[in-house]
Amino acid sequence: MYSTKYHRASSVAEATSLVSAAEDGKFLAGGQTLISTMKQRLAAPSDVVDLRHVDDLQGISVSGETVRIGAATTHAQIAESEDVRNVCAAFADLASLIGDPHVRHMGTIGGSVANNDPAADYPAALVALEATVHTNNRDIAAGDFFVGLFETALEEDEIIVAVSFAAPKKAAYQKFPNPASRYALVGVFVADGSAGARVGVTGAGSDGVFRASDMETALDGEFAAGSLDGVEVDTGLMMSDLHGAPDYRANLVKVLAKRAVVAAV
Amino acid sequence: MAGISMRVNGREVDADVEDRTLLVDFLRNNLVLTGTHVGCDTSQCGACVVHLDGKAVKSCTMLAAQAAGSDITTVEGLMSDGELHPVQRAFREHHGLQCGFCTPGMIMAATDMIARHGAALDEATVRTELEGNICRCTGYHNIVRSILAAAAEMNGTQQAAE
Ligand SMILES: Cc1cc2nc3c(=O)[nH]c(=O)nc-3n(C[C@H](O)[C@H](O)[C@H](O)COP(=O)(O)OP(=O)(O)OC[C@H]3O[C@@H](n4cnc5c(N)ncnc54)[C@H](O)[C@@H]3O)c2cc1C
Ligand code: FES
Ligand code: FES
Repeated sequence: MYSTKYHRASSVAEATSLVSAAEDGKFLAGGQTLISTMKQRLAAPSDVVDLRHVDDLQGISVSGETVRIGAATTHAQIAESEDVRNVCAAFADLASLIGDPHVRHMGTIGGSVANNDPAADYPAALVALEATVHTNNRDIAAGDFFVGLFETALEEDEIIVAVSFAAPKKAAYQKFPNPASRYALVGVFVADGSAGARVGVTGAGSDGVFRASDMETALDGEFAAGSLDGVEVDTGLMMSDLHGAPDYRANLVKVLAKRAVVAAV
Repeated sequence: MAGISMRVNGREVDADVEDRTLLVDFLRNNLVLTGTHVGCDTSQCGACVVHLDGKAVKSCTMLAAQAAGSDITTVEGLMSDGELHPVQRAFREHHGLQCGFCTPGMIMAATDMIARHGAALDEATVRTELEGNICRCTGYHNIVRSILAAAAEMNGTQQAAE
């Protein structure tokens, strides 16, 4: 790892001003992506600003059907939250499937969302729940936030403060983990929300997370696995790598979407 | 360089380290607590697991500076009054190790999972919870057996104490 300077912020304002004052500053949340990247010298920030001690980025609040989760909330806290489980068990289940217990104790939702790994789990849920990403200066709809592979709508030095969403009537997440990395080879989050059925797909798209609109239309007819029988997943949209060919991934999208509809509660 | 302080195995420690120092290197090189191992150095194997404020974390994937002000427990900190911790004893009794390289991380992961699951810990849970710990010797069966035996003993002890 190249040399870096460590700072610990105690407020959102302090965090952003430390990062903007630095030559090449980066926010450091759980470090489960950033520290590894720095060790591989794929990133070499001059300064890192630790967000784990910023109170305003912590915590989960559920009021009525609205769930708001602070950016520095860990995957373990989300997985264990009874409040989240009561209104949207699928979201807590998804968090419990990320990596392993040690990664979940450190990794945060804000770090995962900001990183926008094409195989990360939360993006599938956030697009399917039509969630909002709250930053220090604006609210961004999840659909506009995830721009491409590892690319988001975040501006330089912009910090994610929280994500929020309205709990759907029913939802489920089905993940086919890569046996080595445990990231999603394909992951499908299905939600039956107030505006209709929503299907978010991660791990599969060559351009990152996407909503499977043909499946949504089919499920709006009837929210049942059988409604998806006739839907074709476009292999042209699928990612191809040593872990899976496009037709394999396209098939998995459909299989997992059907399983998610059956599992939805 | 910056001065950091934290509690390691109940002892206050202070040191001047470079900000880029990893927690695992701080423990091994500065404090000479070499029980915590580095297996992969890429966040995969769990040989470096320690407890940060009571929660299992990979010490190769965090800066020592991030742990400043925290309580760290390493495998060296589990014994009390000269007695092995029940999890350590169970690994010995049930042949939960062969070469022993993964063992410190396995034991720290095990104590963490027993603390979180208590009496509800069953074999399937142990196996999924071991997701972040790789052993290339044992085939895991005896590790799982050791953890379940220790969990049973610890829960039994707790019930007796209540
Ligand atoms: C072994 C292993 C297995 C994993 N498996 C999975 C998996 O199955 N599924 C999955 O989804 N992920 C997985 N991950 C990734 C994990 O979820 C990471 O925790 C996550 O991607 C990054 O979160 P973090 O809090 O650790 O962020 P960091 O590593 O600290 O930061 C990541 C990036 O986000 C930026 N950032 C952090 N917080 C903010 C913020 N509030 N505002 C703006 N930018 C911010 C940082 O500057 C950095 O660029 C795995 C990781 C490991 C090591
Ligand atoms: S050495 Fe830390 S996970 Fe392998
Ligand atoms: S006992 Fe050798 S790696 Fe586990």
